Amino acid sequence: MARTLAEKVWEAHVVRRAPGEPDVLYIDLHLLHEVTSPQAFDGLRLEGRTVRRTDLTLATEDHNVPTTPGPITDAVSLTQVETLRRNCAEFDVPLYSMGDLEQGIVHVVGPQLGLTQPGMTIVCGDSHTSTHGAFGALAFGIGTSEVEHVLATQTLPLKPFRTMAITIRGALPDGVTAKDVVLAVIARIGTGGGQGYVLEFRGEAIEALSMEARMTICNMSIEAGARAGMIAPDQVTFDYLRGRDRAPQGADWDAAVAAWMALRSDDDAVFDAEVDIDASTLTPFVTWGTNPGQGLPLAATVPDPALIVDETERADTERALTYMGLEPGTPLREIAVDTVFVGSCTNGRIEDLRAVADVLRGRSVAPSVRMLVVPGSARVRLQAEAEGLGKVFEAAGAEWRLPGCSMCLAMNPDKLAVGERSASTSNRNFEGRQGPGGRTHLVSPQVAAATAVRGTLSCPADLDKD
Amino acid sequence: MDAFTTHTGIGVPLRRSNVDTDQIIPAVYLKRVSRDGFEDGLFAAWRSDGSFVLNHPRYAAGTVLVAGPDFGTGSSREHAVWALMNYGFRVVLSSRFADIFRGNSGKQGLLTAQVAQDDIELIWKYLEQDPGAEVTVDLTARTVTAGDIVAPFQVDDYTRWRLMEGLDDIGLTLRHEDLIGEHESGRAAYLPRTR
Repeated sequence: MARTLAEKVWEAHVVRRAPGEPDVLYIDLHLLHEVTSPQAFDGLRLEGRTVRRTDLTLATEDHNVPTTPGPITDAVSLTQVETLRRNCAEFDVPLYSMGDLEQGIVHVVGPQLGLTQPGMTIVCGDSHTSTHGAFGALAFGIGTSEVEHVLATQTLPLKPFRTMAITIRGALPDGVTAKDVVLAVIARIGTGGGQGYVLEFRGEAIEALSMEARMTICNMSIEAGARAGMIAPDQVTFDYLRGRDRAPQGADWDAAVAAWMALRSDDDAVFDAEVDIDASTLTPFVTWGTNPGQGLPLAATVPDPALIVDETERADTERALTYMGLEPGTPLREIAVDTVFVGSCTNGRIEDLRAVADVLRGRSVAPSVRMLVVPGSARVRLQAEAEGLGKVFEAAGAEWRLPGCSMCLAMNPDKLAVGERSASTSNRNFEGRQGPGGRTHLVSPQVAAATAVRGTLSCPADLDKD
Repeated sequence: MDAFTTHTGIGVPLRRSNVDTDQIIPAVYLKRVSRDGFEDGLFAAWRSDGSFVLNHPRYAAGTVLVAGPDFGTGSSREHAVWALMNYGFRVVLSSRFADIFRGNSGKQGLLTAQVAQDDIELIWKYLEQDPGAEVTVDLTARTVTAGDIVAPFQVDDYTRWRLMEGLDDIGLTLRHEDLIGEHESGRAAYLPRTR
């Protein structure tokens, strides 16, 4: 029977199947960080259980770490990080701590080490685990009880999902990025549109993307409510993996590639739902509201609730505009921001930083704007410095920081103040996400950089007109 | 985990859709390393507004939350479930739940009962007309009763069985440790290791 990519990966990991019960799936890689793991280790301790496969488990410190030099000063943050260190030592789990060459945001670290490979099952107590699906892995976020379950058994009982093909046909116009694609997809299907589904992104526009751009797209699958996002592995995937620290070597490499080549949806596979988007219609996309589905092309205006028929949607829109401090009909390009944040597991990789540097080179951040550029990992920071990008950021007036989750989620010193407005390359514009009362517009790295220069939401093409 | 068959308690009408887990408990409350005490972070931003439903004294002791569609979206934080349960909630009613939140709830014993939005509207009106009124949720019959309203709800059979038996997931899986070992012996040699 014809199967989709997601179904193939699922079937290859079924440990036990019984009628009326969830399948028990084997987990190939379990990533941990300090926020969602302490209570899981606590649970093991209470039951006298151990970690079944420490060699398939990896921890890193990311959510709480400050991105300026020096130790963690917040007492509670420090407790979480120290608890992770103690738990990893007690249960013998490998850990990359602050200051380690391999430290960084968990979803940046896995791929750059070559640990994320096609056909694997990957979980982490973090919804943005969907990032790893860019390699053709089945990767999804789990809760702390599930973290405990995987630590103890290396498996998870899981209910079947449905499959949705999202096909981006044709070529993306110049200046349109992976972030614009995924924001447009979420605006199209809604924040609940992917619920219960694994999304498979396909089509010429997806095939033409680099691995890092594919990660941006899969990263935000969760913002459409999806269980996971996937992209079939191809030569781009293999070229990215070859030679990485944990990628297969020699004869193992050949065996792996042979197996990976079969990881694509069969031509006659049937998806439970299909969405088709013509790439040529896409333009730079930004959010105006308080969920990632509330986005529009940069050329649009702030929506008018009075024109919305559906009562719930109208109320949601009114509420979002009040929180965001926006007037209906305002051109999005006229919205002035206070802060620009470049970073996060969505857009904190080297290609993102290169794109930002390309815009900032020879230009300055507007005097009214503070700009933070935060690399996704220690290795991304080193690479950026080797390429001279750090100097470009500093010369333009941006702050060039140390790796971490930073201003994506207000769990560390990088936060918005009440009423402060940001253009952010992160993934969530929820109320208070970047700090209580903070107002977030989600954007691509290119739009972030152009916005920093002009002080209002802008794309690089706008700079050429100035 | 306590077994769950039927529950009666004060219903709280939360007339909002897309209640994401950042609203249920903001990230700043996630720094604790224990499983209790999260009730002070529940809906923290909204509770600072005096008119928020939980600030109404008749709703304050609520145990059945009646919410709009797409409840529990966003971050996978299980703290959202702990915060609701630490506060005293045993049941959330909504016409649609986010997947991760629903999975987390089932494991902790918080019942996420999926009720048609038309019925949610009726229950909202009932609870708003009579603040502090009780709602009965019967997991055996899969019904919610609020005054004269009797609404069916959906919950999958397996979650229902586990909730009714109060069963722990890890113990269930470890009954099949031999099958896990079998799968491990068949894994490809090229698969990566973290050390």
